[in-house]
Amino acid sequence: MNRINQKLSEDKKMLSLYFTAGYPAINDTVSILTQLQESGVDMVEIGLPFSDPLADGPTIQESSTAALKNGMTTQLLFDQLKDIRNTIHIPLIVMGYFNPMLQYGVEKFCAQCQEVGIDGIIMPDLPLAEYEAEYKAIFENYGLINIFLITPQTTDDRIKQIDAASDGFIYMVSSASTTGNISGFGNIQSDYFKRIAAMNLNNPQVVGFGIKDSETFIAATEYQKGAIIGSAFIKHITENGADSVADFVKTIRK
Amino acid sequence: MNTLERETSYQADERGYYGDFGGAFIPEMLYPNVEELRSQYIQIMEEPSFQEEFHQLLKDYVGRPTPLYYAERFSKKYGAKVYLKREDLCHTGAHKVNNTIGQILMAQRLGKTRIIAETGAGQHGVATATVCALMGLECIVYMGAIDIERQAPNVARMKMLGATVKPAESGSKTLKDATNEAIRDWINNPVDTHYIIGSVVGPHPYPDMVARFQAVISKETKAQLLEKEGRENPDYVVACVGGGSNAAGLYYHYLDQPEVGIIAVEAAGKGIDSGESAATSALGREGIIHGSKTLLMQTDDGQITEPYSISAGLDYPGVGPMHAHLFRSGRGEFISVTDDAAMQAGLQLSKLEGIIPAIETSHALAIFETRKFKEDDVVVINLSGRGDKDLNTYIEYFGL
Repeated sequence: MNRINQKLSEDKKMLSLYFTAGYPAINDTVSILTQLQESGVDMVEIGLPFSDPLADGPTIQESSTAALKNGMTTQLLFDQLKDIRNTIHIPLIVMGYFNPMLQYGVEKFCAQCQEVGIDGIIMPDLPLAEYEAEYKAIFENYGLINIFLITPQTTDDRIKQIDAASDGFIYMVSSASTTGNISGFGNIQSDYFKRIAAMNLNNPQVVGFGIKDSETFIAATEYQKGAIIGSAFIKHITENGADSVADFVKTIRK
Repeated sequence: MNTLERETSYQADERGYYGDFGGAFIPEMLYPNVEELRSQYIQIMEEPSFQEEFHQLLKDYVGRPTPLYYAERFSKKYGAKVYLKREDLCHTGAHKVNNTIGQILMAQRLGKTRIIAETGAGQHGVATATVCALMGLECIVYMGAIDIERQAPNVARMKMLGATVKPAESGSKTLKDATNEAIRDWINNPVDTHYIIGSVVGPHPYPDMVARFQAVISKETKAQLLEKEGRENPDYVVACVGGGSNAAGLYYHYLDQPEVGIIAVEAAGKGIDSGESAATSALGREGIIHGSKTLLMQTDDGQITEPYSISAGLDYPGVGPMHAHLFRSGRGEFISVTDDAAMQAGLQLSKLEGIIPAIETSHALAIFETRKFKEDDVVVINLSGRGDKDLNTYIEYFGL
């Protein structure tokens, strides 16, 4: 069983964190992963930086620009993750944009993921139709779960279509927004969370975008299986240093 | 009506592909907006009331049809029969307004009340601000912070027209980053906002929709050439290509006429191998930018690189997917022209014909120095824009 599915089957709300590989320093990747696991985080999205991250707000844009300036590349990330499964046992997802994957070679990328022990992939700009027509067989061949997004604007028909194409969880974007751009959750979010929960989808849902503290984590996981934090975590390590991971996690799960 | 009907074999298929290029590589957050447009744009464009309003505005407001002018002295110098399609005489000074008129009518019919756009040199921003003023709609234009400094007169024009100009402070702070910011705005405002893209780029259906609005250029050219030469088809059509909207408009009705040679002129900047160039067909590889699979200037690792050209309208790291297909299929002949050659060609047209062209357009004019034609070849060049906006660059370059 894929580590993602295994984790989803556990009877607890999942806390997942995103960080940009190569940020703040080029070789922080393994150390951040280790601290995240030790702090009790359930799953991690490792961000592969891209020059033009159009679904991201300023925080992740800036961490991506800095990571690229530090010299992060697709190959370097795989090299850094080479022995990661000797010590890290929680599910790992690579999250990025499709162009770097395309240039590396989709099949080679997937093969490398499998080799180092990556469990899933999130490519926001690889849409469902393209994935199913061109790449699904390759992802599956290397045991990788592809995670799709839905938003408050996604129609019920399309949610069902995405649910049918998914085998893991559905990434619920909390609002019509880029990352790190939401001040808090209101009625729109709680109605949306309830509406999706009531659809009884095959796949559990994990909420992302706008989760930044214990309060928003609790709100996001009232009806859903888990939540993902990105921008708020990156802000924390920007301000407090890459060895302060545990301090942040403690503020979320008190 | 068959919404999948393709007017030429070089048009997008139902998935938005031109051969290997195109598609809609967009995050799910944009799917509802793009799908709303995709499912309705053909039907809306084909409504008689839309056509009537579009053509009335092109006539009375834009000043169409633009003349097809036989450039006698230029022709004599280069030994070919050269016609200039005078898009520079359009209201706002370039072909860009053909598209913004079309898209503002589209936005109204989709019930949108807020318009966003990206701009590089500011021409598309001005054309968008103009139609928003015309229709009384809110207008926000994203422009790279560096371009805002370089193009102060166009920033002032947009402000006079009532638009809000927002600086793109991310990345390299130029056109591609302004486009990223406009896309981010659209993600954050998915219900009331229409994004007026300025070229034949972006996710399907934008390349196809913008090409259809610009197709009026070749439609008029056919009728005008028939009158002047007794035939609709020239031997060649020539246009500069950044994203490629003026070229798409001039090529459109000639794509399936194999006897018409298609020449696309890209900006070589300081030279193809100088590291400061925007010649995408020579330097680009297949990749994804702004939701479209196309030829793209990028690093080995798939990071998008910053192009360079003296002309702010040509320094886009990608090219419209239709043009990528024309290049790969061999249907189009691609030539690149350096800054220096373009500047000289601009000066020359000014002196020979009394027309000061935009520097983008000067690239298309420059090919006559090296690309030889036959005496009786009829060549139509799209004179896509006027040079007023470039006076400072001309002044600095020539020490005028």
